[in-house]
Amino acid sequence: MFVFLIFPILVILPLSFNAGEYFTFTPEMLRLDPAGFSLKHYKDFFFNTDWRVATFNSFRIAPLATLIAVAFGTLAAIGLSQSHVPYRRAIMAILISPMIVPLIISAAGMYFFYSRIGLQGTYIGVVLAHAALGIPFVIITVTATLVGFDKSLTRASASLGAGPVRTFWKVQMPLILPGVISGALFAFITSFDEVVVVLFVGSASLKTMPWEMFNGLREQISPTILAVATVLVTLSILLLATVELLRRRSERLRGVSAA
Amino acid sequence: MRALLLIAPLLIFVLVTFVSPIVDMLFRSVENGIVTEILPHSTSALKDWNSERDELPGEAVFRGLYVDMVIAVKRRQHTRVGSRLNYEAAGIASVFRKTGRSLRKVDVDAFVRHFTDLHPDWENRAFWEGVFSDPAAAGVLPNSSRTFDAWSQDFAKPEDPVPEDFVYVALAGELRGLDASDLSGFGQPYAGMLAEAARTIGRLDEISLKQEFLQLDSEWSAATLWKTIKIFSPPLTEAYFLNAVDMKKGIEGVERKSEAERIYLVIFGRTFVMSVTITLACIFLGYPVAYFLARLPLRKANLFLILVLLPFWTSLLVRTSAWKVLLQQEGVINDILVAVGIVDDSARLVMINNQFGTIVAMTHILLPFMILPLFSVMKTIPPDFVRAAKSLGADAFTAFRRVYFPQSLPGIGAGSVLVFILAIGYYITPELVGGIKGTFISNRIAYHISTSLNWGLAAALGTLLLMAVLLLYWVYDRIVGIDNVKLG
Amino acid sequence: MTLAKIGVVTAGALGVSVGAASAIDLTVISWGGAYSQSQINAYHDPYMAENPDVKFIYDESAAEAVAKLRAMNEAKNVTWDLVDAVAADAIRLCDEGLALEVDHDSFLAPAPDGTPASEDFGDLIVSDCFVPQIVYSTTFGYRTDVAEWDGRVPTTVCDVFDLENFPGRRSLEKRPINNVEWALHCDGVPLNEVYDVLSTSEGLDRALAKLDTIKDSVVWWSAGADTPQLLADGEIVIGSTYNGRLFNLIEVTKAPVAMLWDAQAFDLDGWIIPSGLSDERVEAVKAFLTYATDTQRLADQAKWISYGPARMSSAPLVGQHIELGVDMGPHMPTAPANSQNVLIYDYLWWADYRDDVDQKFQAWLAK
Repeated sequence: MFVFLIFPILVILPLSFNAGEYFTFTPEMLRLDPAGFSLKHYKDFFFNTDWRVATFNSFRIAPLATLIAVAFGTLAAIGLSQSHVPYRRAIMAILISPMIVPLIISAAGMYFFYSRIGLQGTYIGVVLAHAALGIPFVIITVTATLVGFDKSLTRASASLGAGPVRTFWKVQMPLILPGVISGALFAFITSFDEVVVVLFVGSASLKTMPWEMFNGLREQISPTILAVATVLVTLSILLLATVELLRRRSERLRGVSAA
Repeated sequence: MRALLLIAPLLIFVLVTFVSPIVDMLFRSVENGIVTEILPHSTSALKDWNSERDELPGEAVFRGLYVDMVIAVKRRQHTRVGSRLNYEAAGIASVFRKTGRSLRKVDVDAFVRHFTDLHPDWENRAFWEGVFSDPAAAGVLPNSSRTFDAWSQDFAKPEDPVPEDFVYVALAGELRGLDASDLSGFGQPYAGMLAEAARTIGRLDEISLKQEFLQLDSEWSAATLWKTIKIFSPPLTEAYFLNAVDMKKGIEGVERKSEAERIYLVIFGRTFVMSVTITLACIFLGYPVAYFLARLPLRKANLFLILVLLPFWTSLLVRTSAWKVLLQQEGVINDILVAVGIVDDSARLVMINNQFGTIVAMTHILLPFMILPLFSVMKTIPPDFVRAAKSLGADAFTAFRRVYFPQSLPGIGAGSVLVFILAIGYYITPELVGGIKGTFISNRIAYHISTSLNWGLAAALGTLLLMAVLLLYWVYDRIVGIDNVKLG
Repeated sequence: MTLAKIGVVTAGALGVSVGAASAIDLTVISWGGAYSQSQINAYHDPYMAENPDVKFIYDESAAEAVAKLRAMNEAKNVTWDLVDAVAADAIRLCDEGLALEVDHDSFLAPAPDGTPASEDFGDLIVSDCFVPQIVYSTTFGYRTDVAEWDGRVPTTVCDVFDLENFPGRRSLEKRPINNVEWALHCDGVPLNEVYDVLSTSEGLDRALAKLDTIKDSVVWWSAGADTPQLLADGEIVIGSTYNGRLFNLIEVTKAPVAMLWDAQAFDLDGWIIPSGLSDERVEAVKAFLTYATDTQRLADQAKWISYGPARMSSAPLVGQHIELGVDMGPHMPTAPANSQNVLIYDYLWWADYRDDVDQKFQAWLAK
């Protein structure tokens, strides 16, 4: 099973060192002949202006979209976790909708609507669209950590004279932090890997990496895409390792707070 | 109250940036204002035409058509209405295009002369402005007023001394059938002048714009064309929805499309069946993984979880291309099978550009969405239960089947609905590896948005898809509760 | 008015920019890949070198140009300045008022011998909004190493339909255009009559019936990069794609592939200016077009890609590929040896019947 999950990703790694121009294992590669391998696709990725612009854009859009999604999403999740929220189901459904509405419908709708209000093809437009797509993940992960949250802690904090804001930052926040971070990562990757909406809402000067890859697959298949993927997979592993470390740290924290 | 205050910013944000665009798009599925907007005179004249009899509409309709066409050509909208009607009956687009191109050949001098021969004031722009600024104008001569306004606001240069010909045609058309008493609301001298023009308007009856149009394109004599215009003039239409379920609003009412044109129900059905297959494949593959993870000590489990999450974090496009490399006939899997000798070199398996390719690639892509909810449910099942069952004499399989499995069912439910909802709306992967038998309804929606430009149909297909998804969401919320979804 | 136009023409011809006082960014939409690169090499870079105040922003969304322009127009917010479009799209954009009608002779440079631009481009000006740029063909490439063919080589487009002599998988584009014409042609209809036959209700059925005979062996492509990749991988033995892509595959990648020049679908690609731009932008774009579509520039593009220049006067100037040193003349779809038997794509017919035929074609595919 794990082979099924990982194998496709392992396959692309060697292909990214392909000296040829197509996604094919050349006979030279299979013979492990050094002539069949090259770093030229990596060079292309690091030195080609298009890819540089795309990388820059991806890193310009995703963090801001994530920030918006996390800020609004965390607040709302805290709101939703309180008892007796009227129309809770309906509100939840609306907030989750960006995850369940088929992307093509979201993309087309945003495209028409954003065109009308002048956001189509703007940086803000893409950021807002991506923030909306990331929100369900933040809601889901933060709500999940809040389910296990001991309400007496906030009461205790309040009784010791802390205001709601101080209570939030000092008591609630450290405890739901893993959920927030995990939600943030999901939101980040949603934006970072998103191609359908950005193709519609974006514009030439806002090309992101997935856009560039999609163009590549459509117009000029080149193993550069695989080189990009390899770089991104490495990046993902680092990110995931970070999350795991954070999780372990927070478990220790929780252990302390529960004791 | 405080809770609502916390929720409000996000709710507003999502409503503005996400929900309203979707509602806005869905409205396009019934919107049909374009026909009356671009052909106001013809469609209002067509109201009196009996489409049951196979006669051509009368002269009044053709006069209206002339005025509409002149204005539409100036605004470059005539082919737009042509394309709209072409969705309902192929060939109409070219009628409008051709007519638009040769419209200046239509001779309407007689209409101009009818007025200018009566009185030279009819050659005076200021006089015309007087007529149509009269308070009675909008009520008695609505079509002419609109036409004159269109001319003077959009097309006239300040120095133009007289209105263009089509304004005369519009007025002549509307004066037909009016008499002095109808026009008495106008102030003088307008009432008198209009009454005089109306009294003698019969002289223009011998002029046939119908003949002129038939000469431009004989298709204008086709009853189907006129019936199509008439059927599709209301501002709202169900036609796109009918089309989305392989029906059409024909001349005799709603009917099924001919066998050769039915396509959407097949694709909806296929989308459904393939999504179910993908969901089942995810259960089949995901359950053992989650089971394995749940029985590991937490720290180890988290490490393996990274393996589950890694593909999830790898670009969708890359994963899809990876499957291409693996599955194609000269691809890695076939190469291995041939090398091992399971498959003959001449009989390499076809595993891509078909349903199989889509199912494999999408199962891979969606598997984490099955494993994560399953894992979070299984973590909560105490191992003592199974141990207890075993100590009571159940063998391992029975213990699993009777004790463990029922407790893990909520996880299967949660994962299944999640995977199914995501699968049913998929677009990129079927596009790249689906070939022709492995594409989904989303691919048709994308096609109608970016290639055929039939946005109404795209919206109708999208609405149907969205309804299916919302129904599932509702079921999901009932069974599992959306709060219980966990993502790692 | 006329004076201003002459001013623009001369300024453009001399390579002097109009409105030199202010810098301007022009967003140019094209198809990406090697094609965009050939335009940048032949037109944009030299133009920017001569006009430092003009900067180009490149976008590769030409495939969605019609849809995007329509949405921009609806929103009254046009952000594109120049769009590279195939003739069919240009006609549609012009029809819908989304592209600007231009008077070709008023701003395009005449041929070196003084022939006005409109005559130099001739019939290729298929729409009032369209400034032709290149002629390309959709044609077939085949592998030269197919053992099952016993040394037979496809010579006509109908060999694509001949599974007996030319077994193996083939690729066709996932849309009816060109495919139904070829099918009818190979079912015995002369090329110049295919549209008449297709207009009858039996015509399309006949074409689909012919396609049925090879349906099980067809891989359907939708992106320009697909067929070259499939040929390179050996996934297919013969497939349709743009002639420039095949040139690249054969001459640059040196794949064991050869090109079939028979009944290739002749098509055009060129520029349109979106409507709704400010006068200043229109003037800047026109000044660029004056430069980019003159006789020498069009011939220059062929140094990088094997598409034929749209001007008659450019043909003799076509030289060698800049990296390969291959003579490009014989690789042009317009070369006499290559255009013995061509399919002239009927834009207006497709504009009318596209939706209808497409629906039936998709229904047929889904069966």
